[in-house]
Amino acid sequence: MSDLQPQTPADSATSLVRLKGVKKYFPITQGIIFQREVGRVHAVDGVDLDIHQGETLGVVGETGCGKSTLARVITRLLPVTEGTVEFDGQDVTKLSGKGLRGLRREIQMIFQDPYSSLNPRKRVGTIIGDPFSIHNTAEGADRKRRVQELMEVVGLNPEHYNRFPNEFSGGQRQRIGVARALALRPRLIICDEPVSALDVSIQAQIINMLKDLQDEFGLTYVFIAHDLSVVRHVSDRVAVMYLGKVVELADAGRLYRQPSHPYAAALLSAVPVADPDLAAKRERVILQGDVPSPIDPPSGCRFHPRCPKAQQRCVEEIPPLTPKESGDLAACHFPVQPGENLARARPAIRQESTEPTLAS
Amino acid sequence: MSADGSGPLQLLEVEDLRVRFNSPDGVVKAVDGVSFSLDRGQTLAIVGESGSGKSVTCLSLMGLARGAKVTGSATFEGRDLLKLHRDELREVRGKKVAMIFQDPLSSLNPYYKVGWQISEMILAHEKTSKKEARERSIELLKLVGIPRPERRVDDYPHQFSGGMRQRAMIAMALSLDPAVLIADEPTTALDVTVQAQILDLLARLQDELGTAIIMITHDLGVVAEIADEVLVMYAGKPVEIGDRFTVFKEPHMPYTWGLLQSIPSVGSEHTGERLTPIKGLPPSLIHLPSGCSFHPRCPYVFERCPVEEPELLDWPGNGHLSACHLSLEDKQRIWETEVAPTR
Repeated sequence: MSDLQPQTPADSATSLVRLKGVKKYFPITQGIIFQREVGRVHAVDGVDLDIHQGETLGVVGETGCGKSTLARVITRLLPVTEGTVEFDGQDVTKLSGKGLRGLRREIQMIFQDPYSSLNPRKRVGTIIGDPFSIHNTAEGADRKRRVQELMEVVGLNPEHYNRFPNEFSGGQRQRIGVARALALRPRLIICDEPVSALDVSIQAQIINMLKDLQDEFGLTYVFIAHDLSVVRHVSDRVAVMYLGKVVELADAGRLYRQPSHPYAAALLSAVPVADPDLAAKRERVILQGDVPSPIDPPSGCRFHPRCPKAQQRCVEEIPPLTPKESGDLAACHFPVQPGENLARARPAIRQESTEPTLAS
Repeated sequence: MSADGSGPLQLLEVEDLRVRFNSPDGVVKAVDGVSFSLDRGQTLAIVGESGSGKSVTCLSLMGLARGAKVTGSATFEGRDLLKLHRDELREVRGKKVAMIFQDPLSSLNPYYKVGWQISEMILAHEKTSKKEARERSIELLKLVGIPRPERRVDDYPHQFSGGMRQRAMIAMALSLDPAVLIADEPTTALDVTVQAQILDLLARLQDELGTAIIMITHDLGVVAEIADEVLVMYAGKPVEIGDRFTVFKEPHMPYTWGLLQSIPSVGSEHTGERLTPIKGLPPSLIHLPSGCSFHPRCPYVFERCPVEEPELLDWPGNGHLSACHLSLEDKQRIWETEVAPTR
């Protein structure tokens, strides 16, 4: 365990990653030889975010809200269109070559699907040991020893060093993915839906393991998931995203008790609870329609076409992410007040259907 | 549940269903002695992890479990579904018992318009004109809440969002007003907001049309929202059956306890604490553990468990069945003192 010493104790006040006005647009082109841009997918559209040292930041939102793109921008798997990403005080958006390689040691990622994120033709020892070879940090017997240490850390039998991924179950494969991410002792691990492909009983095992590893190695996590109960359980703070923007960023407990943004409130009320009494009592806020297209997002507040509290101001003016007394942030002109029943609220404007149509 | 009178009220009565597959490694006991009954307008949820046999149970009822040896009986409107001839089964399938699947994109044909796929279902079972079938498709799309159905009927599946595709699948399944709707993880691939829309829709349609629903899911939250009866399966065997309040409020089977403890709850204040997972992995269905299949993972295991297979019994005598050797007093005591407080 000599190589896996805990790092400096977590200091929640210092931020490890700082995003400023980060935008990521994907161009839509037409034509085969002469490609011209006909539109842009606004995947991430102006995100300011601080990730504190040693914390777990949960990111939630529906499919297509930009949470995975945000993760890939932080890891520099995708370049930003605009804005800066600072890691430990250094702007990483312009790094290349050697600098980028250094960054890769600091930031690692765990992927959703443990079946497709591991090369089926490589042995487990090679998969976990590859980071050592790429970064020339360990060779030969030393490498094997360190891989086996890692396997032990994540609860795999080190004797299975020479097995192939198909010989492992889903939960064990996810452990392999975690071991690979831990190999270079990163400071930040981005977990993109790490447990959604697993059965509930196995999910709990992996969540507990991630928590233990965080305590042991002082890791910082960005935890992306669509299962809001899991996010609540693991996160210190939670960022709620909608159509490429952060609409609410709050302490996990406070957000789940008293969400300010109507979208956050609707999202939370849609989570089924495993308690029939509570389920019968609750009034759900059922959102109408689908998430609008990120190619041509709605004006003003992007949530206005589906918001039960929408007013004329929401159509015209983009609400900024503003702090409340508690220190939490929300981007809404008319935040949900304590005791307010959102399920009964009715919009003051006419809302067009947001169903997706094929761009013609 | 066969204890409380299998009168004419029961719409579907499944008795001792067993499904076996032959594989090069041995016989896979996918389903092993499942019995349940379903009333009109009732929702039965079948819960379990992957490989617990919940999907195979339903596929075999529809005659869709290919290459399987199916025994037992499934009485539906006086006929045994498992013994029907292929032509008779085709008549029942879709018209009387319909099914919706987990992934709406792969269950719709990408080459055909959504409206045509619904019409095809109607035309296959009824003697109507294409025009009339198309009109019915539009009505059905409207019923499931697709905006501007008269235009959407001519769209291809890729022009629909995930939630709309699942709505289209529901429209197709309901096109012939089936008595039983089998929903195999209908909301697993969807976002929570869309999931809430679809669950709402299913509940509304059930009220309006009186369809009985068999819901297969691994999400205990979904079960708590919509199920009347809950059947918990483990390794192909039913381990607990009861109405949703008993199963959630006073479960008797350690596996059900484990499932309830494994999920973090949105409402609880226990954040940051450790979850209590079920240790180990689900067993292989070819080499099942001796006695109770759950004993290698059970924290309350004792001498009797590996030796003798527990029967599914109505311990308290109120229709709440569980398969576990623990005495009723022990079950109640462990649940109240050890399991319930950690939730």
